[in-house]
Amino acid sequence: MADARFFGDGLKYLDPSDLKGKLIAIEGTDGVGRTTHLEMLKEWLEVQGYGVMTTGWTRSNLMSKTIEVAKAGNILDRWSLSLLYATDFADRLEHQIIPALRSGFVVLADRYIFTALARDFVRSTDRKWIRDVFGFALIPDLVCYLRIDVETLALRVIETTGMNYWESGMDLRLGTDLYDSFKKYQSLLIEEFDKMALEFRFNVVDARKSPEEIQDELRGYILPVLQNHKPPVGPKTVHS
Amino acid sequence: MSESHIVKTAPHPHPGKLIIVEGIDGSGKSTQLQLLHKWLESKGHKVFFTEWNSSELVKETTRRGKKLKSLTPTTFSLLHATDFASRLYHQILPPLKAGMIVLADRYIYTAFARDVVRGVANEWVRKLYAFAIRPDMAFYFNVPIEVAISRLLRGTRGQFKYYEAGMDMDLSPDVTESFRLFQSQILAEYGKIVDEYGLLTMDATLEIETQQEHMRALVEAALRGYKPRRGTYGRRTLFWRRFEIPRSE
Repeated sequence: MADARFFGDGLKYLDPSDLKGKLIAIEGTDGVGRTTHLEMLKEWLEVQGYGVMTTGWTRSNLMSKTIEVAKAGNILDRWSLSLLYATDFADRLEHQIIPALRSGFVVLADRYIFTALARDFVRSTDRKWIRDVFGFALIPDLVCYLRIDVETLALRVIETTGMNYWESGMDLRLGTDLYDSFKKYQSLLIEEFDKMALEFRFNVVDARKSPEEIQDELRGYILPVLQNHKPPVGPKTVHS
Repeated sequence: MSESHIVKTAPHPHPGKLIIVEGIDGSGKSTQLQLLHKWLESKGHKVFFTEWNSSELVKETTRRGKKLKSLTPTTFSLLHATDFASRLYHQILPPLKAGMIVLADRYIYTAFARDVVRGVANEWVRKLYAFAIRPDMAFYFNVPIEVAISRLLRGTRGQFKYYEAGMDMDLSPDVTESFRLFQSQILAEYGKIVDEYGLLTMDATLEIETQQEHMRALVEAALRGYKPRRGTYGRRTLFWRRFEIPRSE
């Protein structure tokens, strides 16, 4: 009875048939410039007259504070951490994303469930449970993946925000210091993202290019989605 | 359909024992578990008790959700699963690994019954809890809705809990009536779960002592072969062994 618009067991109390808008997800590891590009895309789309709503990871009204508190405590086990992300995502899906799609907005998602899938997999090496949990997620109309190599990423993060505990996966004890841990953790994430890129047919964009080139490429992927009413990316490969 | 319910099939690998009780509010399950707890301790067992209570973190989030009126069936379910995960990891697994007896007041079946009534998919909530371990014994205290209501009305608690009465679901403005409607549906779900997971059904309308006697007999039989981690008794044995004094028994 699962609806084809959901990854797995969907929100059975919701009817997804009247979602007129388009859901576009921008994925990529920490520090690849997702947020900057998302802002530029929003501007570009609004100039063309599209209604645009952006939604960001862990930014739900219900959960953003809870997640901050939980992370500050550093006491999370693998399941709780993933379930907190799932709750945050569900809250945004039901209160922001679906209502916006219903009203015909273009929804730009700064990260989507693939971030949670990658993070959980790195911690558990089990793909099944977390994919089942996120079964209620809508399949996006388009996923763009800003891909970067870990060397470039490390330099970029040091130059800008600096490395933090969670982005370095310090809870996993992968390395002796922040830098080693960051590189190992982010390499594992990139590896998993690369696998998902094939499985879920992401549009891969090289994030080492200039911002203008990246933006052009992203726009090139988005335009056809808005013009033709193409069916969403296939759900068949999801559970393979 | 139900190909991979770890909860249904594989027993946990730990030396301890997990005994859980299920039932609606007013079924008397907590009373029975408390009496079992006393009995097990009096027999020298190391016992750890845990209940389906929200952690501060989740309580605060639930409060926020209630204020914003924004909890959906899915977020409600996920929040409680988060809490359960952390309880399993921090409270249930360590004593089980240490070989203790863990008594849990409510377990995953509470979520299966309640969350499905609230509207999430039956299959989804079962997959959500696939990380849970299978209890060694699971008791279900079956009680007719009217008995539960009359117990709660004349009980020390004095009133129905907001979420237990399903007050957020707008079933009825009257809290007793809302409880009746909501918990009747939960009873129906429990009925299915009992068959699906082989819970031991207890007649919760019987006298307290009668139920407890029955429960103790079942637990005693199930603990046959279990090597208890004893408290002071065990230490005393070791103490005397040092002096090579033969044990009196």
